[in-house]
Amino acid sequence: MTQIRPSRSNASIRQATNHIVTAISILSTIVVLVPLIAILFYLIYKGASSLNLAFFTHTPKPVGESGGGMANSIVGSSLVLLVASLMGIPIGIAGGVYLSEYGSGTWMGAIIRFTADVLNGVPSIVMGIAGYALIVVHQHHFSALAGGVTLSIMMIPTVTRTTEEMLRTVPNSLREAAYGLGVPRWRTVLSISLRSAAPGIITGCMLAFARVAGETAPLLFTAFGSNFWPHSLNEPIAALPLQIFVYALSPYDEWHRLAWAGSLVLITLIMLSVGLVRYVTSRGQLKGGM
Amino acid sequence: MSEPSRVEVPLLNMQVAEQSRRAPAPMVAKAPAGIRRFLHTQTSGAVADRAFGGLMLTCALSILAIVVLIVVMLLDQSKLSLHAFGLKFFFRTAWDPVSGDFGALPFIYGTLVTSFLALCIAVPLALCVAIFIMEISPAFLRTPIAFLTELLAAIPSVVYGLWAIFVLVPMMRDHLGPFLAKYFGWTGLFGGSNFGEGFLTAGIILSIMILPVISSITREVMGAVPISQKEAALALGATRWEMIRMSVLRNSRIGIVGAVILGLGRALGETMAVTMVIGNNPQISHSLFAPGHTLASVIANEFTEATGDLYLSALIEIGLALFLVTIVVNSIARLLVWAVTRGKPVAAH
Repeated sequence: MTQIRPSRSNASIRQATNHIVTAISILSTIVVLVPLIAILFYLIYKGASSLNLAFFTHTPKPVGESGGGMANSIVGSSLVLLVASLMGIPIGIAGGVYLSEYGSGTWMGAIIRFTADVLNGVPSIVMGIAGYALIVVHQHHFSALAGGVTLSIMMIPTVTRTTEEMLRTVPNSLREAAYGLGVPRWRTVLSISLRSAAPGIITGCMLAFARVAGETAPLLFTAFGSNFWPHSLNEPIAALPLQIFVYALSPYDEWHRLAWAGSLVLITLIMLSVGLVRYVTSRGQLKGGM
Repeated sequence: MSEPSRVEVPLLNMQVAEQSRRAPAPMVAKAPAGIRRFLHTQTSGAVADRAFGGLMLTCALSILAIVVLIVVMLLDQSKLSLHAFGLKFFFRTAWDPVSGDFGALPFIYGTLVTSFLALCIAVPLALCVAIFIMEISPAFLRTPIAFLTELLAAIPSVVYGLWAIFVLVPMMRDHLGPFLAKYFGWTGLFGGSNFGEGFLTAGIILSIMILPVISSITREVMGAVPISQKEAALALGATRWEMIRMSVLRNSRIGIVGAVILGLGRALGETMAVTMVIGNNPQISHSLFAPGHTLASVIANEFTEATGDLYLSALIEIGLALFLVTIVVNSIARLLVWAVTRGKPVAAH
């Protein structure tokens, strides 16, 4: 145990140190909050001044022509994210169910849990290459499908781990009550465990969704981007983060303006989706919504 | 968990179950008769149980399969470069797509320098913020500040890059850069011409991005310190700082190291924001103003325009290296954080 001993004999020096450290930590907090507020300020200031109706209804115009929007990117992003969610969320939840209800305490469960954590930490650019090597190489062309699958791979570990954590909070007495009534195990998992943990699991899914919604790197070599309306999932498709990246690096002011507007829309969409689901689940309306 | 809630929760849920049986849940009610009979049947319980368990296991195993598949695919796609250069690939400085001569050392250097800079800036700040939120801040400020720092983590990388291009780079070029060159030029780190894009700018934007990660995990670890420890220090006459140093920091130091390594893992693999401000130049230079490249940024920049199989396979080998390095770094970090929070007391009185 630590031996408590006055570090300095003089009480006033100790008090002064205390005050200095307090001041430093307050100052650092302010220093940290400044860039955050600056980023949010610039986003709203630059983004809002460039937003107009055309942004939501038009496809990009060629260089030199003013106007044009990112409507196709918004649609493209939604499609890619839809594919990602349809694949990633069910597999992720099922993986979480296995870890919590079937594999807890087994070596198989431990290995899968560790692998999920590893997969969670893999840089997004590596996921992009993986998506390229797994799908694009065999398909011989970029496609929305490849982008969606790559993002779904990024969603699975997050969804799995949050589902597991949430299922662990369900008291065992609930499961035992169901077993005691003669309910089979699979039905207990679906109707008792998952239903009780539903709000937390939905929040977890939304966080995974929000995380991949802003990802650019995995889409660079899979969805690739496009200037036109999407026609099928089997061709290159535009996505909001990709378009922001391309426009930000371009030398044209008009495109910079669109990049700011796109960023504002992207962040607003992410925050709205997360906020909405959190609000609804906190009011208990989605309880039992499995 | 207290006794009353144990009693209440089942009751509540049985009510819910009761309601859903009386006013049947749409899925079950509208399902075809065959499926409905299957759902309510009792004899097929064992079969259904085994099938359901198997399905769950398959989905869980798919995570394992994905990781194995990624490694196999990356190895397969990078075998050209693996054969051509072997392990020396990571110690060569050449990067010449025209003559097909590749080495990854400049990118490893760039990744290490930017990540190190980011840690130097972010770690002290993150620690101070965590201490402020957990120990110093008045209660009404605690939630908003914690929320704001978490908000930093929700901003997409490409938006950080956009902000850096239009705000940070000009600031670097016109104000911060000349200042550093004037007063710290003697260190040799701030020589050469300063265009605003380079290692230092990338390091700064990285530090802003990893700060919330480090700070939130540090907070979690500090929260695991038993209150009795803090009260003991205060009762013995320690000032607040002495209490923080002796009780909080000493008890959570391993977890804090874990948080820092987790931040490092994030910094090593961060791509978009870095790509947008690092200047993209495959060279090793000692000046922090110089443009460079990181492992991640070279892939993002050159992958789609890579002509020739060897070029592509060299880039994929860089990706493979990044994959393996981040796995090692993250595993160490998880172990350290787990070592601290595992023994979290159920109720610290």
